[in-house]
Amino acid sequence: MNSDALTFLLTAVVKILITIFVLLTAVAYTVWLERKVVGRMQNRWGPSRVGPFGLLQPLADGLKFIFKEDLTPPYVHHFVYILAPMLAVVMALTAIALVPIGPSITIGHITTPIQITGVNDANGGSSDIGIGLLILLGITSISVYGVSLAGWSSNSKYSLLGSLRASAQMVSYEIALGLSLVGVLMISGTFSLREIVRQQQGGFWHWNIFGGFQFVAFFIYIMAAYAETNRIPFDLPEAETELVAGYHTEYSAMKFAMFFMAEYANMITVACVASVIFLGGWSGPIPSFLPPILQSILPVFYFLLRVFFFIFLYIWIRGTLPRFRYDQLMAFGWKFLLPLAIANIVITAFVIAVRG
Amino acid sequence: MLHLILFVIFAGICAGGALNMLLQKHPINSALSLIVVMVSLAMLYMLLGAEFVAAIQIIVYAGAIMVLFVFVIMLLNAGEDEQTKGSRVAMLFGFPSLLVAAGVLVYTLVLRGGNTASLAIGQFHGTAENISDLLFKEFILPFEVTSVLILIAIMGAVLLARKGGTE
Repeated sequence: MNSDALTFLLTAVVKILITIFVLLTAVAYTVWLERKVVGRMQNRWGPSRVGPFGLLQPLADGLKFIFKEDLTPPYVHHFVYILAPMLAVVMALTAIALVPIGPSITIGHITTPIQITGVNDANGGSSDIGIGLLILLGITSISVYGVSLAGWSSNSKYSLLGSLRASAQMVSYEIALGLSLVGVLMISGTFSLREIVRQQQGGFWHWNIFGGFQFVAFFIYIMAAYAETNRIPFDLPEAETELVAGYHTEYSAMKFAMFFMAEYANMITVACVASVIFLGGWSGPIPSFLPPILQSILPVFYFLLRVFFFIFLYIWIRGTLPRFRYDQLMAFGWKFLLPLAIANIVITAFVIAVRG
Repeated sequence: MLHLILFVIFAGICAGGALNMLLQKHPINSALSLIVVMVSLAMLYMLLGAEFVAAIQIIVYAGAIMVLFVFVIMLLNAGEDEQTKGSRVAMLFGFPSLLVAAGVLVYTLVLRGGNTASLAIGQFHGTAENISDLLFKEFILPFEVTSVLILIAIMGAVLLARKGGTE
């Protein structure tokens, strides 16, 4: 193997390891943040015993999950019961590979884009998969199986009801989610996430939400994304007052933790995609007096700032809104979001056609 | 070389999944095998350079149609199939016609197909631009006719569902 290929392979492995590590840590601390923020919103402290500000709470939770008894009920469909949490977590972790986190970074003599699927192209720039957004949608649509198979294979009424709700909800909202992205696709003319970010550089008025007048699409995307990730106010599949815990009622120990991880990793991915598509990805002011290494790290910081904003919004809404009723959920998706998304597409197409 | 290895892997998974789908007794196992077939087919499309078709294959077949299959199986709570020995008609005509079909395929593809060459990714007309060019310029009329056909099917489904609801 020649040295170029070896360098490529090594940087890819290093990028994957760093991303997985950061993502899993982020998942753990999103849980902490959620408990803390929701706690403050409800006028209580949240976790505060383990470490300063309860900062070691995720670690303690993780240890607890590992040492708990991994109970498998005797009446489950074994193969699918074990497959489902793996599927959920694998799909959730795969999706992050497509997200462009920052522009290129140079360490020593190696230059590489800050994105797992990004490569250096021939003329010194960087590019990624030409159909990145479609693959992301594909992964989203396959991740339904984790939830629906979990409920079915558990062979319990509550689980089955939860997973039926989950599949119906995710299939319905996927349509609105996909259609909300079409407006941006028409403006940018590409499926490549890196290219979409590049077109939004240079000030917030270039972002698709403002410059492209896609705020309606942004609203639809946020609503549909909340439904896709089964978060309040759309967390019908795990409505604890009706269904015990929904599709993961029969899961314990690490298998339950895998669903938990998948849910939070999905939240982060959805936040990343929203930042990339609508809020200009990593764009932001970069002072030229900084050393080069900081200049390439700063965009990553801007990107993470946007992701943090979305995560906080998630938690904020969880602390504010009650849960929908199931028929309201379906009516909202099919009778409100879907027509609105189609109207947005038609109007955007019309404006593009008039402008030429 | 890598191309060939990937092709052998995914073609193997595809054929294995298809066989497994037929042999499994439980409907949900068959449905899962079908999903494996769909995804590995998408990988084969991608090896051909048809990346857009591959992504659509995953989104539509693996992500939408198969979800509905699984949904229906879950909703009906279908148990294990009862196995019959198979009808005599299938034994008499099925296997010979399968052999004939396989023979025709081998004859046309292997023995007569002298003009094969390998393609690199991106050489095939499989990008989004190519396909939309074909769909919206050359084949615009068939495309619109198909959409009307689908609209009729949707209206038919709605009509059937309404009839069931009032009775």
